[in-house]
Amino acid sequence: MAQPFLSMKNISKRYIGVQALDRVDFEVAHGEIHCLVGENGSGKSTLIKIISGAVQPDPGGTIEIDGERFHDYHSIDAIRKGIEVIYQDLSLFPNLSVAENIALGEILASGDRFVNWAAVYEIARRSMARIGVRLPLDELVGEISIADQQLVAICRALTRDVRLVIMDEPTASLTRKEVEALFNVVRDLQSKGIAILFVSHKLNEVLQIAERVTVLRDGRNIGCFPAQTLDDRKLAELMTGKQLEYSRPVPVKLPEQPLLEVRHLSLRGNFRDITFQLRAGEILGITGLLGSGRTELALALFGVNPAQSGEIRVDGRPVHIKSVQDAVRLGIGYVPENRLTQGLVSQQPVSRNIVLTILERLVNRLRLIDHRTVRSTVKHWIEQLSIKVPSPEAPVQTLSGGNQQRVVLAKWIATQPRILILDGPTIGIDVAAKSAIHEIIRDLARRGLGIIMISDEIPEVYHNCNRVLVMHKGCVIAEFDTARASEDDIQQCINQLG
Amino acid sequence: MRRLWRYQETYVALVIVILSLAITLLNPNFLTLENLFDLLKSYTFLGILSIGVLFVLISGGIDISFTAVATVAVYTTMYVTLQHGGNIATVLLMSAAIGASLGLINAAIIYFFNIPSIITTIAMLNVYYGLLTVFSGGTWLYNMPEWFRRFAETNVISLVNPDGVPYGLSVIPLIWFAVIVAAGIVLRYTMLGRGIYALGGNPASAQRAGFNILTLNLFVYGFMGLLAGIAGVVEVMLAQRVATNSMVGKELDVIAAVVLGGASLTGGVGTLWGTLLGVALVGIIGNGLTLMRISSYWYNVFIGLTIIVSVGVSAYRRKLQRKRTMTVEVE
Repeated sequence: MAQPFLSMKNISKRYIGVQALDRVDFEVAHGEIHCLVGENGSGKSTLIKIISGAVQPDPGGTIEIDGERFHDYHSIDAIRKGIEVIYQDLSLFPNLSVAENIALGEILASGDRFVNWAAVYEIARRSMARIGVRLPLDELVGEISIADQQLVAICRALTRDVRLVIMDEPTASLTRKEVEALFNVVRDLQSKGIAILFVSHKLNEVLQIAERVTVLRDGRNIGCFPAQTLDDRKLAELMTGKQLEYSRPVPVKLPEQPLLEVRHLSLRGNFRDITFQLRAGEILGITGLLGSGRTELALALFGVNPAQSGEIRVDGRPVHIKSVQDAVRLGIGYVPENRLTQGLVSQQPVSRNIVLTILERLVNRLRLIDHRTVRSTVKHWIEQLSIKVPSPEAPVQTLSGGNQQRVVLAKWIATQPRILILDGPTIGIDVAAKSAIHEIIRDLARRGLGIIMISDEIPEVYHNCNRVLVMHKGCVIAEFDTARASEDDIQQCINQLG
Repeated sequence: MRRLWRYQETYVALVIVILSLAITLLNPNFLTLENLFDLLKSYTFLGILSIGVLFVLISGGIDISFTAVATVAVYTTMYVTLQHGGNIATVLLMSAAIGASLGLINAAIIYFFNIPSIITTIAMLNVYYGLLTVFSGGTWLYNMPEWFRRFAETNVISLVNPDGVPYGLSVIPLIWFAVIVAAGIVLRYTMLGRGIYALGGNPASAQRAGFNILTLNLFVYGFMGLLAGIAGVVEVMLAQRVATNSMVGKELDVIAAVVLGGASLTGGVGTLWGTLLGVALVGIIGNGLTLMRISSYWYNVFIGLTIIVSVGVSAYRRKLQRKRTMTVEVE
């Protein structure tokens, strides 16, 4: 094989008490699309930081880029060699225009003290032309979609003579269509001889785009595999080191009387004529493309954006849900997709997040909060959902994605809801944590909750739900009984929507 | 055109037009060159300070101490000048230099100790103002030099109104105009100015992009101090005495004018145009009330209501917009 663009040998990095990387060898060839996968804490981000020069490896390792061997490797070397990192947060300026965001770094690097606005637009246009995208140059970055922001970040990386672009979780907040568009851009970059290092834990996407996949586990390189030789399950096993079995829900006899019944529910511009039933102990999946109205439906049931017409019945009795308070009183809980902005107070400790929704019930006779009850309640839920925390007082933002999601679940389950709506319950969570969350959800159903699970991922709804509704353009267009239908049936139904 | 309604500046401009028409209908003297010249002179003090505050707000900070800085700068300057003599240039330079130094101290404390700017500057307001009170004993300075008074009374344009009374455009607003031009160039055409926007928009990214955060902070607070020093001199030109207590307490008026002009207290957002409009609106309300012979006690009420209405309208629009796009964000 020809000489690789980037070659790292025997790279170790030890932080106090943690061996983040342990004698890792890693290679990226010229102009290849390479994926780096691993669970949280596997050392992915440390490896990226070393490649970008932000962190120096422990002595003993070698880094070779484009045939040049480095002993002391820093950010400036990475930049000179044409390595650009696009971090997950994109590092953009929401208050500045698209053109300025693309060009600012380049002008700053040139050392000019004055801004030539004609040059700013010129740099931005040239950069966009390289990947053939068009963005509104005068629009503020804060006002364009996340997908477009991603393109701005890519354009910014392309202002220089770039040889390797590292993308850290680029698809985390994109819809499937936007992911496709991004992949086209990535392939286009490749055709120009630029290598791409893609960091992701969405396995199906990894397999779709990558030529080679390197798997890290516990700071070790498990191996580098051609993408054709892998599939979802194989990759998941490599990442976790465990055999994963997707178990099917055990069919149980559900009660006749529906717990929740929705008839002809409509909200103009969002969804129309939605009719379905949910029984106690049942998990109902709702899937569909972006803009299909599934989240809007959930928000209506939870009283955030109430429906305009139609009927909702709980236990057979007609009810009106006009506000979140109404929904909570009826025993409906909602776990939003975007847990960081909507579900959690991330600077606050785990304990306070868990009891946030049930403080009312934790007061003593003087109507003051009874801290002993709070402590025991928090302990109960941490054990129940096996949340891994150093202490109940650790801020939520210090936890891994999977554990954060458990805290959100705990918070809502603590309210003892009868109906739980989960929107994208495992988004941004790695494989092992995912199946643990699924197990929790199934256990809740076994205890008699009615659960609505909204998800993009067909395997997720297929393997967990009793029934699956497919929504499109605000309507339910198909219903599948997972005991009879196959995963492919659902996938085909979605594919036809385009 | 549609885009215009996104900016608070548009609403402020609209309010100014409507208000000006209303006041003119009640008292035609409002829309005269004489009144305009008069307004420019009276609001130069507020105008200069507002530009300093604009820079600080864009960078994502806030400064409360600038009135104390202005007082200390001009008091020290005039004290020295009364003893040793000088000219208008030395007065402006010295006051600006003292102001800038005090601003740099603020910046250093904010940066090196990482104390929030609001706390730092409230504390430093007390330190600066307290020290001045201790050393001056609260004594006012009178008997400004003859050349100082003559300069302050100079008109660059002299006219006579229909009643035969002479009037003109004072030299004082020219100082303000110079500051506006300089600020405009810095904000729009220098990397320093763009860096201030970047810092206010996303501090972590600004650092990652390679901006020197210390330099930016030193500039922003130093510039605020420099303008405070100049504004202090302007105040003394108008009043022809140095009072120890005439400026401190007006901080919030200045900040209000800048916020009225669309600058955001969370940083990253604000324009020179908006700030000028904010100052203009505050000036027109004050002047209009006088011309309409409404008790000056109403002044504060009107200023307060104007802020609520104009900031409220644009904030409410944003809220509606967010609500409409909320589901998109959720997806």
